[in-house]
Amino acid sequence: MPTPSNSSTRNCNQMPPILTVEGLTKTFQMHHLGQSLMAFEDLSFTVSPGEFLLLSGPNGVGKSTLLRTLYRSYLPVAGQIRYDSREGVIDLAQAADIDIAHLRRTEIGFVTQFLTARPRVPAEDIVAEPLRLAGHSRDDALKEACHWLKTFGVKQDLWRAYPTTFSGGEQQKVNLARALILPQRLLLLDEPTASLDVGAREALVTRLADLKSQGVAMIGVFHHAADVAHLIDRDIRLKPKELSDVA
Amino acid sequence: MTALAKQPPQLVRTRPLMTLNGISKTYDDVTALDDVSAQVYPGEVLGIVGESGSGKSTFLRLMNLQETPDSGSYHLDLPDLPDNLFTLDRFERRMLCARQIGIVYQNPHEGLLMTHSSSGNVAERLLIAGERRFHVLREKAQSALEASEFPIPRMDAPPIELSGGMQQRVQLAKAIALEPAVLLLDEPTTGLDVSVQALVLDTLKRLQQERRITMVLVSHDLGVIRTMADRVMVMRRGQVVEDGLVDQVFQDPQHAYTQQLVHAKL
Amino acid sequence: MTLASLTENWKAFSYGFLDASAKREMRRKMIKAVAVPGCQMPYASREVPIARGWGTGGLQVTLTLLNKASVVKVIDQGADDSVNAASIRRFLTRVSGAEATWDTLDATLIQSRHRVPEEKLRSDQILILQVPNPEPLRPVEPNMSVARQMHADADYGRLWLTLYEQIVRSGRIMQGAAYPSMVNRRHVMAPSPIPRWDVPKLNMAEHLTILSAGREKRIYAVPPHTSVEPLVFDDVPYKVEDHGHLTCIRSGLKGFFMNEIPQEDGTAAHEVSDSHLGIKAIDRTSGEQVEFGETWYKDGEMQQ
Repeated sequence: MPTPSNSSTRNCNQMPPILTVEGLTKTFQMHHLGQSLMAFEDLSFTVSPGEFLLLSGPNGVGKSTLLRTLYRSYLPVAGQIRYDSREGVIDLAQAADIDIAHLRRTEIGFVTQFLTARPRVPAEDIVAEPLRLAGHSRDDALKEACHWLKTFGVKQDLWRAYPTTFSGGEQQKVNLARALILPQRLLLLDEPTASLDVGAREALVTRLADLKSQGVAMIGVFHHAADVAHLIDRDIRLKPKELSDVA
Repeated sequence: MTALAKQPPQLVRTRPLMTLNGISKTYDDVTALDDVSAQVYPGEVLGIVGESGSGKSTFLRLMNLQETPDSGSYHLDLPDLPDNLFTLDRFERRMLCARQIGIVYQNPHEGLLMTHSSSGNVAERLLIAGERRFHVLREKAQSALEASEFPIPRMDAPPIELSGGMQQRVQLAKAIALEPAVLLLDEPTTGLDVSVQALVLDTLKRLQQERRITMVLVSHDLGVIRTMADRVMVMRRGQVVEDGLVDQVFQDPQHAYTQQLVHAKL
Repeated sequence: MTLASLTENWKAFSYGFLDASAKREMRRKMIKAVAVPGCQMPYASREVPIARGWGTGGLQVTLTLLNKASVVKVIDQGADDSVNAASIRRFLTRVSGAEATWDTLDATLIQSRHRVPEEKLRSDQILILQVPNPEPLRPVEPNMSVARQMHADADYGRLWLTLYEQIVRSGRIMQGAAYPSMVNRRHVMAPSPIPRWDVPKLNMAEHLTILSAGREKRIYAVPPHTSVEPLVFDDVPYKVEDHGHLTCIRSGLKGFFMNEIPQEDGTAAHEVSDSHLGIKAIDRTSGEQVEFGETWYKDGEMQQ
């Protein structure tokens, strides 16, 4: 199903892909049951800079599993994930842990709806953390963090509070602000809009459009794809144990 | 099908700060460590998880040069050090540990003089390194205690009068007083109340982020490892059964033992 | 040639009480102690006719060094006339035929408990200090095997830590007697329980000091012209007892280490601790011709 394309899509498609997935296979070995579970098999696709790829398919088909495999939270059992990093091409399927950790800090982001808050750390510090890890000064990072907390609609009197005490919705906004504060080159989005209020959803979509125009490649799973319909360049439909790439 | 084998680092060009290779250690007939290797990169937190007797604490004691293995080598990527630190004599080890390796023990009695003042416990580190100015000892002890979020008005109270959480903060202040290259943590929050544990972990996390201290954290508590570590090594019966990024090992454990461990916890 | 002509006549005990092999061991250990200043040398510590803890260590050294030309002075807390000092002095002269004196200037051997005389000692004099606790690390390290390793490594941080603790708790260094001191920039020794006042007298001195603990079986020495530096912080200077301004109520001497004598009205009077120095001052006042040696302290200030 071709998606509504715009000018940026065409430009991007002419660029060499930032991510090339070939023959990617993931099974889960469950030792206590003595069996293995196939998540997906022999999956191949590419993503270019500035391109927005939607993963679709029925529940349980392995969309989130694919995102996590790309992020290397799951270890693939076969195939390649060639990623064109600033420092050269690397196969994420087999890269050393330390390289993956490095890329996660600098180039590859993962956005979920869940926040792993830490006790006694104020919201603004949690949001500022990626910038500080990237070497920004504390003041600059905090300033930027407040900007994004405001953008995502977190009330100002909560900025210095600890998100462990926040409602689910507020935690989610803090998480988005944190996940999107530092422009990455590849963003993996795992239902970031789920249960988000309208204002925050608009802010998120605006931020994603902004990042996309800056050339950030994105692969996303969205429960309501309509939220981001105008951003989608291509759609990969996952089917149980097989793949159809309709782009 | 098993997961693809990992390749050596390609992007990260920095050398590991700590390299331990082929470490074996036997006590009488008991094999504590059997050919264990590990690399720790600057600024990262390596978690070591395993049950009692898995060899994780022995491994940490070796990193602290408290013991010498039967075989294997240990290198720290710092100036003027030999390829294998186990060749250092007692005196050289003491000087190296005082300056470059901080340690926090589970039991404060192991790391602290319980009836000396808390600030004095921190000052001892500085004294070993040769500091002989009282006002400097005072200032540095205070700033290390502040960094460990210890209440400064109590800095001269002896640890024996303090709570378990505060004792760990004194240990931590002592460990970081000389800004060591490596901070070793041996079950630092085991035995503390859950709320106190969270506060101590939080201090550790903050210190780690602010100072980029390289840490090795030993714990049997998966929650502690998950909160703190970047990478984790799962040990059992003196061997490493699995190692990887912390989210990967917890979400997609490969080895039967790790699966059992993770599922038992979650 | 007869056996009798080759041997000495039977005697009830050896010259100087100790038998020859005991003296030989003492000499060897004293030489070792001099060779490594401040380092404790173990020795057998023989039985002598006083109880352990009453100066047996010092006594064995003195007995070994004695000869008929020796002149011995024995003091206890600065006094020649205390029971212990008198007993030891009488014993020493009886077993050796050596001469006894109260005057520091005349003595060749000075056995002392807790004090160094106020008059400067010369290179032909030997000071023998009785030591109860030779190990300066004992208060900080109960395991003596570990303490020896610490000496080997010059690992003395804990001693400075003790001083740190005293300043933190009391606002000043409380260590009075046996102030830990670095000898020859290498070994820290406990200079027997001499007051802080006396420690600087051992530094770069003309005389040899031998310190001996009979109960603990340890001997150590400060050779002439050897540095003895009390452990201090760079920014907290070493202070001796504040006796420089006190006057002795009996002799009128001023500027020496004093004994405090509590008075009925709650105040305190002072008399000079080096008793024979006081006696000489009294004699001079009553018109006698007395010779005073040069003193380490002048007008209450250490001269170096």
